[in-house]
Amino acid sequence: MESDEEGIYDVESDASINYNSSDDGIYSEGENTAHGEANDFMDEPTSYKCLTSDQIFNYMMKVVDEVNAILQLPPHITCILLNHFKWDKEKLMERYYEGDQDKIFEEAQTINPFRLKGKVVSSNTNNITSFSMQSTKRPLTTQEVCDICYLPSQHMNGLQCGHFFCIDCWNEYLRIKIIDEGQGQKIACPANDCNILTDYETILSLLRGSDIKTKYHQRLTDGFVMSHHLMKWCPSPGCSVVVKVTTAGTRNVTCICGHAFCFHCLQPIHEPVRCPLLKKWLRKCNDDSETAHWISANTKECPKCRATIEKNGGCNHMICQNKSCKFDFCWICLSAWSPHGSSWYNCNRYDANDSVAARTAQEKSRAALNRYLFYCDRYMNHRQSLELEHKLYSKIKFKMEEMQQHNMSWIEVQFLKKAVDILCKCRNTLKYTYVFAFYLRSNNQATIFEANQKDLEMATERLSEYLERDVTTDELSNIKQKVQDKAKYCEGRCEALLRHVYEGYDMDLWEYLDE
Amino acid sequence: MSNTMEKRLQKELMKLVSEPPAGVTFDSESADSKLTLWKVKVVGAKDTLYDGESFILQFKFTPKYPFESPQVIFIGPNIPVHPHIYSNGHICLSILTDDWSPALSVQAVCLSIVSMLSSCKKKVRPPDNVVYVSTCSKNPKKTNWYYHDDSQS
Repeated sequence: MESDEEGIYDVESDASINYNSSDDGIYSEGENTAHGEANDFMDEPTSYKCLTSDQIFNYMMKVVDEVNAILQLPPHITCILLNHFKWDKEKLMERYYEGDQDKIFEEAQTINPFRLKGKVVSSNTNNITSFSMQSTKRPLTTQEVCDICYLPSQHMNGLQCGHFFCIDCWNEYLRIKIIDEGQGQKIACPANDCNILTDYETILSLLRGSDIKTKYHQRLTDGFVMSHHLMKWCPSPGCSVVVKVTTAGTRNVTCICGHAFCFHCLQPIHEPVRCPLLKKWLRKCNDDSETAHWISANTKECPKCRATIEKNGGCNHMICQNKSCKFDFCWICLSAWSPHGSSWYNCNRYDANDSVAARTAQEKSRAALNRYLFYCDRYMNHRQSLELEHKLYSKIKFKMEEMQQHNMSWIEVQFLKKAVDILCKCRNTLKYTYVFAFYLRSNNQATIFEANQKDLEMATERLSEYLERDVTTDELSNIKQKVQDKAKYCEGRCEALLRHVYEGYDMDLWEYLDE
Repeated sequence: MSNTMEKRLQKELMKLVSEPPAGVTFDSESADSKLTLWKVKVVGAKDTLYDGESFILQFKFTPKYPFESPQVIFIGPNIPVHPHIYSNGHICLSILTDDWSPALSVQAVCLSIVSMLSSCKKKVRPPDNVVYVSTCSKNPKKTNWYYHDDSQS
């Protein structure tokens, strides 16, 4: 495993040098995160790149070329082999040189180029071009009938397996596979019972239309990206950019489309809480376990027919409203009303063990529900505020333009946008501190954490107030000072809180509640 | 309607009428005017469990035919009792979904089904017939078929 990873790093460093020198289309982090430095202090020096689908295709080809320097096969065949081995170069080499080569080609659903047309080509000719890698075209002597449309055509094409179809049918077939079924590497020959995979050279030579070619490039690289642990597709809908990190520790990334997400779990950035805990929280919020909590905290079941009953008056003499039940019972002890006589105060079952147990269970349920609601309420509140801050951006933009008309330069008014950036980051962090706190068992460190959280929350609310209200009423010079100071303070508090939490992770200071 | 589909179905129809394979009869009158629905008669081969029985296969084609497989089911009063054929006429046959190839045809499908019938050793319904028939979609292509290895059944 070790050596395998090293192998991958090698290629990467190689590729990145090449990209940087030859291609300015690569976006480095510094360019696309406005305040990336602030994000990074707890991660190892973060660095990542965003690759467009063309760049990722070129990068994939580079890996293919690397392997090919040794295997000396047509690149499109190497690509199929590598995909079969989930882009594990070492494994491919090992199998290729130690095992039965024909078997590898068969498993990978392609044809050994050395054995084309029954002739065994000596492998030491080293002349790759001798086995033409292009799709085979039949000589144009006679017109043949295509097995798909049953029409004669002069443009018959096929893979090395020898099944030929007309170019129109190929295009229709590929369009369905690529667009409708979302396939790329695993498109087989259309012939019945033939599992030979199409290669990118053939497909790109057959495809008509640039749209579908772009789509094909994307689909083709899918397997490559998925099997590469340092690359992920940006999860934003419709975005086809791949984010490639240089070390596995990188967490917070921002795609060139603007979407900021956690590289590990693909959720939006969620510091300080870690991925597994966040997952647990999101599941809790989405499932109806809290509905069940509410039901058990606020209702009881009819002891006879088990209908769920919510008490809506003070009287404890209950009559089940289920038409077929009509059971008379005592709400307190949940047994038949008849032995209670005229007054429930005489209920001699009140302290019976099972009714005590039932009452404690209900109290526990109530407490758990209240606790969840407390944290959930605050989490939701910050989430909602964060959504509203996007309105603030447009308001601030307007304000910045206004200030520039009042003798302030462009550069002088940038502090406002920066302050809103900080506000959003603090809100996002606050939102997730409530998830963290929900699972946290109280200890001394947890108390410090709560103090930090309170501090940050207060400062953030003040900053929000300045930006939303005071900015329109106060003197310009006055508000600039206020906003800048508060933003700086917020940023510092946020950083301190995160540092404390991450230190806690490192030193194992946090204890969690079992939920 | 797609041109490929229309032309191809015309040709298939002509061929199936003029030179039908053994055990398959097709009356072109049974197809609708747009050729999207065919009914093909299949007769059980001699010396098999289905000797003398006749069945009706219904083919439905979408405009994406032959790139998309046709929907094929048995219809009518006589549904063959077979370990891969459900009592509602649905057929568990991989070439009808996963292993479909545009190079296959109505004739090839008919032949596959005839040979599936001929190789049957015991007339029984699939073990999950009752559950499947009461829960499945009308369109057998919406079922996630799990294809059993024929050699084991």
